[in-house]
Amino acid sequence: MPPQTEHSSRRLLPALAVLALLTALPSLAQAPGYTAMTTLATRVLIYGIAAASLNLVLGYGGMVSFGHAAFFGIGGYTVGILYQHYTLGEPLFGFIPGTNQLLITLPAAIVVSGLFAAAIGALSLRTGGVQFIMITLAFAQMLFFLFVSLKTYGGDDGLIIRRANELPGLNMRDKQTVYYVCLAIAVLFALVLSRIIRSRFGNVLSGIRQSEKRMAAIGLPVNSYKLVAFIISGMGCGLAGALMANFLRFASPDMLHWTKSGELMVMVILGGVGTLFGPFLGAAVFIVLESLLSSWTENWQLGLGVILLFVVLYTQGGVQALLGRLRRRA
Amino acid sequence: MTPILNVRALVKNFAGLVATDNVDLTVEDGEIHALIGPNGAGKSTLIAQLMGELRPTSGTIELAGRSIDALPTAGRVSLGLARTFQITCLLPDYTVLDNVAIAAQVRSGHSFRFWGDVRTETALREEAMQLLTQVDLQSRANALVVNLSHGEKKQLELAVAIATRPRLLLLDEPMAGLGHVESQQMVATLRGLKNQVSMLLVEHDMEAVFALADRISVLVYGRVIASGTADEIRNDPAVREAYLGEGDELC
Amino acid sequence: MTLFLEQMLNGVQFGVMLFLLAAGLTLVFGIMGVINLAHGSLYMIGAYAGTWIAGETGSFLLGILGAFAAAALAGVAIEYLVVRRLYGRDHLDQVLATFGLILIFNQTITLIFGRQPLFVSVPAILDGSIEIVPGLEYPLYRLTIIVVGLLVAAGLYLLINKTRIGMLVRAGSTNRDMVRALGVDIRLLYTLVFGLGALLAGLAGFMAGPIMAVQVGMGEQILITTFVVVVVGGVGSIRGAFFASLFLGVVDTGLRAYLPGLLRHVLAGSEADALGAGISSMGIYLIMAIVLLIRPKGLFMPNS
Repeated sequence: MPPQTEHSSRRLLPALAVLALLTALPSLAQAPGYTAMTTLATRVLIYGIAAASLNLVLGYGGMVSFGHAAFFGIGGYTVGILYQHYTLGEPLFGFIPGTNQLLITLPAAIVVSGLFAAAIGALSLRTGGVQFIMITLAFAQMLFFLFVSLKTYGGDDGLIIRRANELPGLNMRDKQTVYYVCLAIAVLFALVLSRIIRSRFGNVLSGIRQSEKRMAAIGLPVNSYKLVAFIISGMGCGLAGALMANFLRFASPDMLHWTKSGELMVMVILGGVGTLFGPFLGAAVFIVLESLLSSWTENWQLGLGVILLFVVLYTQGGVQALLGRLRRRA
Repeated sequence: MTPILNVRALVKNFAGLVATDNVDLTVEDGEIHALIGPNGAGKSTLIAQLMGELRPTSGTIELAGRSIDALPTAGRVSLGLARTFQITCLLPDYTVLDNVAIAAQVRSGHSFRFWGDVRTETALREEAMQLLTQVDLQSRANALVVNLSHGEKKQLELAVAIATRPRLLLLDEPMAGLGHVESQQMVATLRGLKNQVSMLLVEHDMEAVFALADRISVLVYGRVIASGTADEIRNDPAVREAYLGEGDELC
Repeated sequence: MTLFLEQMLNGVQFGVMLFLLAAGLTLVFGIMGVINLAHGSLYMIGAYAGTWIAGETGSFLLGILGAFAAAALAGVAIEYLVVRRLYGRDHLDQVLATFGLILIFNQTITLIFGRQPLFVSVPAILDGSIEIVPGLEYPLYRLTIIVVGLLVAAGLYLLINKTRIGMLVRAGSTNRDMVRALGVDIRLLYTLVFGLGALLAGLAGFMAGPIMAVQVGMGEQILITTFVVVVVGGVGSIRGAFFASLFLGVVDTGLRAYLPGLLRHVLAGSEADALGAGISSMGIYLIMAIVLLIRPKGLFMPNS
């Protein structure tokens, strides 16, 4: 459906309500038994950004990329590597100084992941369909192996980041502060994404998803647009990865593992492919599910697999569509 | 006068099958040139090569005197080439107006805009509305493509193609699947477009062909066996033999 | 020189294993249009089932049969319960559904066998080495794998090119609807093709047991490499899968064997090893990138 229906006032009210709840959350979480909520919510926000970025190419653009974890990991490692060089006092490659400033590392993570997305995208988009899926998966795995082999940056054990990046005037050692920073960035990100979707570019991207042949026939250089969408989505994942590295104070090759790409896709489909807030919802559902199930059993992934099969085979459109149908029945 | 389309010695081989066999074809500026021939003659293959969707084995294609062999589809469209599809190819999740508006948007360039709401761009939407009026679809502007009749979809294909402001329009069987009334409507619409754009009309519907075409070429097994005015074609013995067989099709 | 030959043979052996997996995968994709991530799980199931049975009964032969049976059973079950519902659905749904299957299989195996890898030794008859060329003693077991793999390749070639079923397979990979229109029970054909792929995967998994550890997750590791093979060889082409798997198998093995040694000239020991391992792992992907630049559809056309 045309993107404009995303923003009728019908949607705005619940969105504002959710925002209010999210803002109040850390205070609510002071209550005993709920202290883990802030941590959980931070993870939801971060993964929500990553999933929403993936959704740009997946849901709106129709490109099934199975390698977006690569950009997530690259964002995280940008933060980690810059921090390491900062603590050691040696510049990266001899001329790039290390830094612990969030205002530098976040844009840096975005740019670096964007560059990788440009390279991977340029190669992968020469194909389509099943090959595209396999190729994006393969390139992500290639980068996984690369980071595993870089012993100077932790290798298989990962890279510890002793202190979260600094943001002037804020105490980034406080979990609540980190939460609010992530919340602010997520809101900003959602706003930017919603503008992109409604713009001329978003219109063309949706057209490409519906029929590449048609878009080519009206004179659109389809591959250029797909590539730009791919780069933007890579940058979004990089941003999320950088936030995650700050949050966990850790960057590891697991951030690039293909199962991480799979998790992002699961979040997208749980929340409803091709909607703006769907991925955030999907991230929430996934992370809550993971928390609940893993507290019962070590083999929680079995439950996840079953749920995933169920969602794919029996619902159409994920949780959001399911909710929509339930709402209509009520 | 340079013809708007000049195809010379075009050949397309598919591992043993010669789909296009040394075709020479021109379309003069302002004319409607019909291309007829039995099924499997290679008409759609020819259009695909003209558009750049398929790469010819050899031969040259010139648009308004300029070689377009090296250009991809998008480049050719920006030089003024457009096509309609035999099996309609529209954006299924969008409305009729959206389909035309996006073509207008792409034509205007500037699609790398990430800000601003495209649905509030009145200039594009008004232009789209005008084009819909030209094909008599203005009343269906907000209908979803999936709810259109076959004839309406064919009309929409035409509107979308014109939205790119082409100089040459390649029409791949625009009458296919249309009933009598709808066909007449399509013929009228196409006639109305005659002074706006030159056309290469691939068709089976002889009534339409004779009503519209200035010149007709006959394609059989990938080769042009005859080319001329309607009368010349009607009386050409090679055409009779190869194409008509039974003899009374072209009355 | 003999060392080089030995590494080449190792590469061929790895390549042959990749081929067993790639053939099934490329057929399933080429004929049925389904991307099946759980193909690696069939490999793992073959390995676990065969290894366990061989361990319990002491018979390698029973182990092979066990691997076949388990993989074929699992394959048919997957096809009937899940994959059948995925025909014609978009790739995202196929990817996610089969991803769900991976999770289910991995966890189920963990529940049954635990997290520790299973170790299985080469059966007595195939233990030891033989002298292929003077001065080169090569493990008999690995040689057997190569021979088995080549036999399978020959068998597949005959099947695809000389039998009626093979003709249907070839036709189906280029035009599914046409095959259906010919009145062939397409569902049966699909199930057979899927089952064949499962058998090959199970065979590969079981044969891999003595050489690589039998553990949860073994399937996904080799699956991704198989993807690279399929892309380089050309989706839908068995011939492409054959050449690509041998080529990439040799390249991968060669890099892993020689690169760390080369790097030791410039880097400290452990760093050279780690970096060498890392770059070797990247080798096949870089080749894939180069192939994509030149021939985006892979080296061979489908149905060849």
